[in-house]
Amino acid sequence: MSLTLPARSYLTEDGRLRSWLLSTDHKRIGLLYLGTTTAFFFLGGAAAALVRLQLIEPDGAIVSPETYNRLFTMHGVIMVWFFLVPVVPAALGNFILPLMLGARDLAFPRLNLLSWYLFVFGGLLSLSALAAGGVDTGWTFYTPLTSDYAKGHIVLVTAGIFIAGFSTIATGVNFIITIHRLRAPGLTLYRLPLFVWSLYATSVIFVLATPVLAITLVLLAFETIFHVGVFDPNLGGDPLLFQHLFWFYSHPAVYIMILPGLGIVSEIIPVFSRRPIFGYKFVAWSSVAISVIGFLVWGHHMFVAGTSVYAAIVFSMLSYLVAVPSAIKVFNWLGTLHKGSIRFDAPMLYALGFIGLFTIGGLTGLFLAALASDVHLTQTYFVVAHFHYIMVGAMVSALFAGLHYWWPKITGRMYPEVWGRLAALLIFFGFNLTFFPQFILGFQGMPRRYATYPAHFQVLNVLSSAGATILAAAYLLPLGYFAWSLARGERAPANPWGALGLEWQVPSPPPVENFRETPTVTGSPYAYPPMEDGVQDAADG
Amino acid sequence: MAETGIQYESPSHEAETAQAGMWLFLASEFLFFGGLFLVWTIYRVTLPDGFAAASRHTNIVIGAVNTVLLLVSGACLSAGLPAVQSGNGRMFRRILSGALVIALLFLALKGLEWHEDLNEHLFPAAHFALSERGAGLFFCFYFVATFLHGAHMVAGIVLLLWLLRRARSEPVASLRMPAESVTLYWAFVDLIWIVLFPLIYLSGRV
Repeated sequence: MSLTLPARSYLTEDGRLRSWLLSTDHKRIGLLYLGTTTAFFFLGGAAAALVRLQLIEPDGAIVSPETYNRLFTMHGVIMVWFFLVPVVPAALGNFILPLMLGARDLAFPRLNLLSWYLFVFGGLLSLSALAAGGVDTGWTFYTPLTSDYAKGHIVLVTAGIFIAGFSTIATGVNFIITIHRLRAPGLTLYRLPLFVWSLYATSVIFVLATPVLAITLVLLAFETIFHVGVFDPNLGGDPLLFQHLFWFYSHPAVYIMILPGLGIVSEIIPVFSRRPIFGYKFVAWSSVAISVIGFLVWGHHMFVAGTSVYAAIVFSMLSYLVAVPSAIKVFNWLGTLHKGSIRFDAPMLYALGFIGLFTIGGLTGLFLAALASDVHLTQTYFVVAHFHYIMVGAMVSALFAGLHYWWPKITGRMYPEVWGRLAALLIFFGFNLTFFPQFILGFQGMPRRYATYPAHFQVLNVLSSAGATILAAAYLLPLGYFAWSLARGERAPANPWGALGLEWQVPSPPPVENFRETPTVTGSPYAYPPMEDGVQDAADG
Repeated sequence: MAETGIQYESPSHEAETAQAGMWLFLASEFLFFGGLFLVWTIYRVTLPDGFAAASRHTNIVIGAVNTVLLLVSGACLSAGLPAVQSGNGRMFRRILSGALVIALLFLALKGLEWHEDLNEHLFPAAHFALSERGAGLFFCFYFVATFLHGAHMVAGIVLLLWLLRRARSEPVASLRMPAESVTLYWAFVDLIWIVLFPLIYLSGRV
């Protein structure tokens, strides 16, 4: 690759491998995270591809049921903990957050580097266990399946997750403290970009939910090794207790996997419709609301597990409540688009796709929050389709939206616009073809996690697998044209989108210290002049 | 930590930020131990007899002495802060060394206690000595909790050594923020032990 970039930037400062691996520059660490999470994404994706291939035939096309269990476990473990949780905060957030704040780095740069090493170490540990035969429990590790019946290297896999958990705690602490302490002069609470608000809300979950998972995994490992009944009913333990503790982390973790995406879309919509964000404060506080309410809804994963009806009613109502801030965001994006002069560049296409997929995923979540319909739909493909709409359809679209939007800033190169748009459309089409049939399958009663199924479900399953093929090709496209862009892409100006955020005021790619002089902020990052009224005073948003 | 990071306006800006980070980290730590305390308490309520019987097999003398030691070490560190503020480096180094010795003593006693426990077959694996339902669970929590607490003590001792090294080479007044942060951390380790002490040693004896 012949990188010819501006004389001095964080990319060219010291090109040796050693200086990358020991860098405390948030931009380089962001790229290290981007590289590793991308690798995990394609590994987890390969497992998913095999799952979809298996399900083309009712009797299973390629692997035994045991292998199938290992495949979907591998897919879930890798995608949740080693891709979805870290990818936007630790890769894009790491790169962009200090630039958005007018800061030269995160508050604790060495902790930031340590968190990457913990992540890589944890990831490799889990991966080695998955490679050495894998685990067949599903990503939720429910007891007594895990402690009694499952075969595989459960302790090793959970140890990897435990270690990666501390890497996310470190990132969360770093982000929260940076947002409090390193804002440029004039960058008041309500002048913060909405991506910053969403990273803050995400970090709260990192810091307060992850440790509960960590201690749960410690106890699970102790039980598995020494056969003491903490969670295993055969040994006198309580399996529901495991589910409570597991979902106390893992439901908020679902919001870890969507909040940063909501932030990215809130950045992109105003820029490409040349309108100030509609209802800034509502969009900002709805991130916090999702994070807070998200801590109180874990019980909805256990409606049919034997919890009390009264608890279930409370959890059901609280789960409905999460829909309110989520809907506020969607309405406010639509309010922003209204009467905007909209440009359909690739980041915007991904963001618009996000809105559609997020809305479908969110509304189908209400079916699962309702006690009566959940009894019918839980453990079916309806659930699989629902959370894939949020965590894959929406979040990966948001990731690509952000990646295309900030690519010129990160690399100093433009990506080929036509290819970007084509990939955005293909991903939207391929995703819907993969997962919409699964809503119908689930509604018709096809259970999840089985390697085989009755023959009358085959048509929809084949459709879904065909969609997965398109989706896989569409996910590979950006890999190709981004690589091309690194070598041959047109040079990017400092601000190719005419955006107002602080990150666009520094050269592309930014110099090592980001800002030569600390900038002073005088207005909102969304003060785009309304088109009809001509240029207005860009006052506070 | 020789010079101020490029992202900070001044050394004090950096030091205060580090302290804020310590507070947030401790919030996370509370949820880590909180999960353990929650599970422990639930089983203590559902299996009271086994927990009480198991608790009577713990060594309350070592437990009590260790509690006193840990609280004294925490008091020492708190008493060291005025010495830092008034720039009395010699006093501060003495106090740090004192706290360090007490902490090592705590760990030595803890090691002795573990040694006894293992000799009495109180580790909840093969050849476990007790037969009451819940006793094994109690000792599962006991070993997990004391190991995790001990690991936090070791980390605290490393922090004390680091502080002591800096106190030898730098004017002590510049150590105000790191000293406060380490004291905070140590207070957290104390606090966890204050919850652990009754859970381990008293629940079968009162």
